Amino acid sequence: MKFILMMGMKTDAASASKGIMTWPKEDIQAHIGFMMSFNKQLKEAGELVSAEGLAWPNEAKLVKAGKDGRPVTDGVFPESKEFLIGFWIIDVESAERAYAVAAQASSAPGPGGAPLNMPIEVRQVMSGPPEDFA
Amino acid sequence: MTPTDLERLLRELTPQVLGLVVRRCRDFAAAEDAVQEALLAAATQWPHEGLPEYPRAWLVQVASRRLTDHIRSDVARRRRESIAAMESGYVIPPAEIPDEVSVEVDNDDSLKLIYMCCHPSLSRSSAIALTLRAVGGLTTNEIARAFLVPDATMAQRISRAKQIIKDSELPFQLPSAGERHERTAAVLHVLYLIFNEGYAASAGESLQRNDLASEGMRLARLLRALMPDGAEVAGLLALMLLTDARRSARIGPHGEAIPLDKQDRTQWDRAQIEEGVALISATLPKGAVGPYQVQAAIAAVHDEAARSEDTDWQQILALYSILHRMSGNPVVRLNHAIAAAMVHGPATGLALLAQLEADGALKGHHRLDAVRGHLKEMSGDREGAITGYLAAASRTANLPERNFLLEQVARLRNK
Repeated sequence: MKFILMMGMKTDAASASKGIMTWPKEDIQAHIGFMMSFNKQLKEAGELVSAEGLAWPNEAKLVKAGKDGRPVTDGVFPESKEFLIGFWIIDVESAERAYAVAAQASSAPGPGGAPLNMPIEVRQVMSGPPEDFA
Repeated sequence: MTPTDLERLLRELTPQVLGLVVRRCRDFAAAEDAVQEALLAAATQWPHEGLPEYPRAWLVQVASRRLTDHIRSDVARRRRESIAAMESGYVIPPAEIPDEVSVEVDNDDSLKLIYMCCHPSLSRSSAIALTLRAVGGLTTNEIARAFLVPDATMAQRISRAKQIIKDSELPFQLPSAGERHERTAAVLHVLYLIFNEGYAASAGESLQRNDLASEGMRLARLLRALMPDGAEVAGLLALMLLTDARRSARIGPHGEAIPLDKQDRTQWDRAQIEEGVALISATLPKGAVGPYQVQAAIAAVHDEAARSEDTDWQQILALYSILHRMSGNPVVRLNHAIAAAMVHGPATGLALLAQLEADGALKGHHRLDAVRGHLKEMSGDREGAITGYLAAASRTANLPERNFLLEQVARLRNK
């Protein structure tokens, strides 16, 4: 079963004042180190399909096709929303295992090395075969 | 010899060669690596140098040589280590180098190999990957593509499976009489999952996945050749043949699942249906009836109806009652409810559904809602049908199935 684990980032002023850009260097390094070893561990477990981090939303655009089919872009307005900043796609035996992996990602260290316990959205990727009924 | 013939030959020889090499060296993980290297060597050399006189002996020879090389380098490494060890007071005996090989085929070797790859101590996904490589002779890259995961992920899954086999010191032998039933069931389940993964692939996805259905059938044929008396092995093969016969009719042009009653039956594979029907008809009277045989019998009844309205639902209902007593699986009860509705009317089916729901075993399962939608539609309750189909569409993780359910909703709304 494949699942996508999505990590978001809130960009309102209160959240931004506690964001990673305000952390001391060693906390940032610990956080990055955690993520690297977390990905390595998923890979070694034979569960990782892909993992990507996304650029911050400052330069993000909303795009629609105009009447002539050409792109019409609009800025996104990062002050009020929660944005996707990274995701993992994993292939695991069960939904419970996906939740366990998400909980581990959630516990990535933040300021002072304390776990962030950030929310991770877990959604099944639609590639599942019909359930086995034998 | 065409590249396809060559590949087929190599894959047929894989379990025989590996079984033999494992029996000789007793180290499954090392033997598996060595046989993969030998297969690779054959795939590159044979097209240029021609087929060797004894292809199997050639592979065994090359694999054994690789194994010996690995053991030698291992011995050399250990010797270096043992000098250090002796200095610290320990003595490590040198590893044994296996004898020259002779290459008699022993079917039991292939069978032991299958039991080992499908051992219950492995996770199902590991067992699937290992079986495809060690028994099916697929490369890691081919398996990774079939399951739509990166090569490195699949390689890791296989090497972890081999590590578990090594660490738990699983003996290379046939299961004891006491274990045999359970261990065979585990093997059949792994083959069933391989088949199902491919069969379930939608038309838009890579053909690689459909190949998994063919591979599942090939492995079931191999197992049947090794265990000609296994009634459930025959049942599983018949079930695969009879299900796969409908493959090209089951997905519509827009990637929507097409249920049995709407399929174009002229697209069904007649030859495969005949083979499956003959196999299950010959197997059932032998007496050791199990769930795969009953499912195959149900598939045969469906396949034998020229039109959907000709389906013998009485017989299907009787078979689901047998299957229900055997397994008590809630999805079987669900199918039983559909058959009951076809024989006795939707009210009977809905009553069975209500009982099933009260038991809670299928709580939140999309198929319960899909069946409810279907039975409500049969009883003329349009709103109830729409509610059921919508609930199912919101819960399924299978895209063609969701497309189908959404089409049902649209169809009913336009009525």
